[in-house]
Amino acid sequence: MAAAGPAPVPVLRIVAECGRSRARAGELRLPHGSVPCPVFMPVGTRGTAKGLTAAQLAALGCRICLGNTFHLGTRPGSELVRRAGGLHGFMDWPHNLLTDSGGFQMVSLLELSEVSEEGVRFQPPHGGEQILLSPEKSMEIQNALGADIVMQLDDVVSSTTTGPRVEEAMSRSVRWLDRCVAAHARPQQQLLFAIVQGGLDPDLRLRCIRAMTQRDVPGFAIGGLSGGEAKARFWRTVKLSTEHLPRDKPRYLMGVGYATDLVVCVALGCDMFDCVFPTRTARFGSALVPWGSLQLKNQQFAKDFRPIDADCGCPTCQRYSRAYLHALLRSNTAALHLLTLHNIAYQMKLMGSIRDSIVQQRFPEFVREFMDTMYGGRGGPPAWAREALESVGITLG
Amino acid sequence: MRLKLLGAGGGRLGSLAGLGRGGAGALALPGCLLYTRTGAAPHLSHDTLREVRGVPGVAHIALPALAEIHDVLEEYKEGAAKFMGMPDAVIYCSLHDPVTPCPSGYNTNKTVSLWGSSGRMEMTASKFMDIQRAIQPDWFQCISDGDTISGEAGRKRAKKSVDRSLSFLDICLQLQEKSPELQGSVMFGAIEGGDILEERLRSARETAKRPVGGFLLDGFQGSAMAKETKLKLIASVTAELPEDKPRIIHGVGKPDEVLECIERGVDIFESFFPFQVTERGCALVFSYDCHPDPEATVLTQNGIQDPEKNGTQEDQEEVSKADPEMTPFEISLKDKKYHDDFGPLLEGCSCYCCQRHTRAYVHHLLVTNELLAGVLLMMHNFQHYFGFFSAVRDALRDSKLDQLKELIFRQALQRQ
Repeated sequence: MAAAGPAPVPVLRIVAECGRSRARAGELRLPHGSVPCPVFMPVGTRGTAKGLTAAQLAALGCRICLGNTFHLGTRPGSELVRRAGGLHGFMDWPHNLLTDSGGFQMVSLLELSEVSEEGVRFQPPHGGEQILLSPEKSMEIQNALGADIVMQLDDVVSSTTTGPRVEEAMSRSVRWLDRCVAAHARPQQQLLFAIVQGGLDPDLRLRCIRAMTQRDVPGFAIGGLSGGEAKARFWRTVKLSTEHLPRDKPRYLMGVGYATDLVVCVALGCDMFDCVFPTRTARFGSALVPWGSLQLKNQQFAKDFRPIDADCGCPTCQRYSRAYLHALLRSNTAALHLLTLHNIAYQMKLMGSIRDSIVQQRFPEFVREFMDTMYGGRGGPPAWAREALESVGITLG
Repeated sequence: MRLKLLGAGGGRLGSLAGLGRGGAGALALPGCLLYTRTGAAPHLSHDTLREVRGVPGVAHIALPALAEIHDVLEEYKEGAAKFMGMPDAVIYCSLHDPVTPCPSGYNTNKTVSLWGSSGRMEMTASKFMDIQRAIQPDWFQCISDGDTISGEAGRKRAKKSVDRSLSFLDICLQLQEKSPELQGSVMFGAIEGGDILEERLRSARETAKRPVGGFLLDGFQGSAMAKETKLKLIASVTAELPEDKPRIIHGVGKPDEVLECIERGVDIFESFFPFQVTERGCALVFSYDCHPDPEATVLTQNGIQDPEKNGTQEDQEEVSKADPEMTPFEISLKDKKYHDDFGPLLEGCSCYCCQRHTRAYVHHLLVTNELLAGVLLMMHNFQHYFGFFSAVRDALRDSKLDQLKELIFRQALQRQ
């Protein structure tokens, strides 16, 4: 087996484990500082977290955020980023970065791509020649970008796909992992994570995990989910994966960021999450609150002089009312930044509360309170969340 | 509000003190206002604006956005500044937004049209004062008829603009007297009259007879009026005004034009210009540093180059094609030549963007339509522009306005 080379210390240090569920609190020891986990990682696809300055993002407590290999590799190009001192230097971010491999764009830009054993052939959306994104090319780009965590190129199929294509993608992802490990030029500086595939089929998932856990990689991602599959199958696939992934390595659930999903999937044993949702929904005028969300463009907020959330300590809630944000949304992009700030602050605070409760051995109570606040006024938590939590010993009232 | 002048030659160096509810606000003169949209600096949240140095002590808010939320402010009762999350700010409310075009032909003897995000609003003097009562501004421009800037106004229209504006002013002064909410507010009387000298003088004299707190030189927006005419009118108008009250001008923002107005006795400008520069993806890079050797300093490093020393003529044309509004005081970060330029927007600049980011990064943000481009450019452009006003005051204090003017004018002539 090709080896990534031993990391000097294990990435994950587990600080506490929930006595009931599989939730664990720890820290990720990464090249640009340690990151408490479970952690939500805001997405900065093109080397910027959607209108926030790097200083603002850091002030919100964010210590790791995402960049995208496919997007940055196309514009401005990895060579330019390398010359700018890597993605850290290019976006002036002193903390950790994770770059996605570009594989996910196979699903999101399907019409523009063609997959073969060699790699993924893209027609760049902004013109220019066809690009072959092979595992080697993905590593080359990610090595140039210089993120602290890099992801293998995986063969991603939509989670609603069935038939032989799912198995093919799974097996190919294992082969591509080996090619990525072999091509990885900076294993001491950049941690390469494997991505478990296999769709919603338990057998395929297990086969993938067995194969991948034989490789010496510092962490694992659960990929291919959060693509419109039924929640009942989603959580069972997550649970199956965390059951068979090694306890001492971080588990990163890709593309998950709704508050309820975060709470449930932490209970199932996941450590890391990313999602465009909090920042994207902010740009549509929506503010996240413990009881759901507020669409601030709605007329009902025109004369609502309360802050978004009186208990939120973010810069937006400290200064502005719903009514003012409602008015500002009509004239000034600053409103979008204020909502993005708030939504990331919400995600950070949620993860911080989850972590504290695990450390203090009251995670099940936290989950019940969270669900009460979120769904108390809406007929109780959804069935899938209830089932998922019950499967790891947390019963909701 | 107290106006203190230091009696420097070539302009009115001084300060306005005792501003705002608590009386702690101040504005150095000549100076500019902080341009906002609905009370927030464009693209900037409170914490990003705080990173900008030299932010003026008076925020400028245009009436249309506030008129659209009149009912909200009325219910809120505590005034626009507090509603907008800046209870201690000093705010100046102008009739129009300097960036939004005002179509001509919609004013009458009784009403003036405002243009907001939901279209046209007709304003009578009494409706106008109702809204001001809800805003409770520190300063506000009295409603006026400034629809003379198209260049086709003529003598009759100019006279009408003066008559109407004086009549609005009389109504508003009466209404203000009866409004407890507006006792702390300073009304600026608008001086109109298009390009007709007699009408301008009549407007200035008549407005000065009334108990206004300051004067607005209106109707000088746009480029329809010949520059010489404009400057002559401004000088003639300010000569009619009392020394002890501040003079604002609307629609003048380019550094060379600002200096010409300052020489003619104007005190206060807006800051829509750096916003417009930001919106076209540009960064201000002009030099206002009149140190001993201006030839050798910033001019060459920062992209503003001598035409002879610059690259090919075609290059320059390509840049000017990119945005016809571009001025010689700025560079376009959309230009491909910056894609691998790892220098700051402006060498030696201490703003947040220049301290941390490169032209290549801003170029990348612009070509990928990332919102952060507007944030970083706005921070830089505001700080540079506010710094320019500070340099103007220093130059007045040190009797170096001529040197500064020469430096600015030399740059104004480049690339044109």
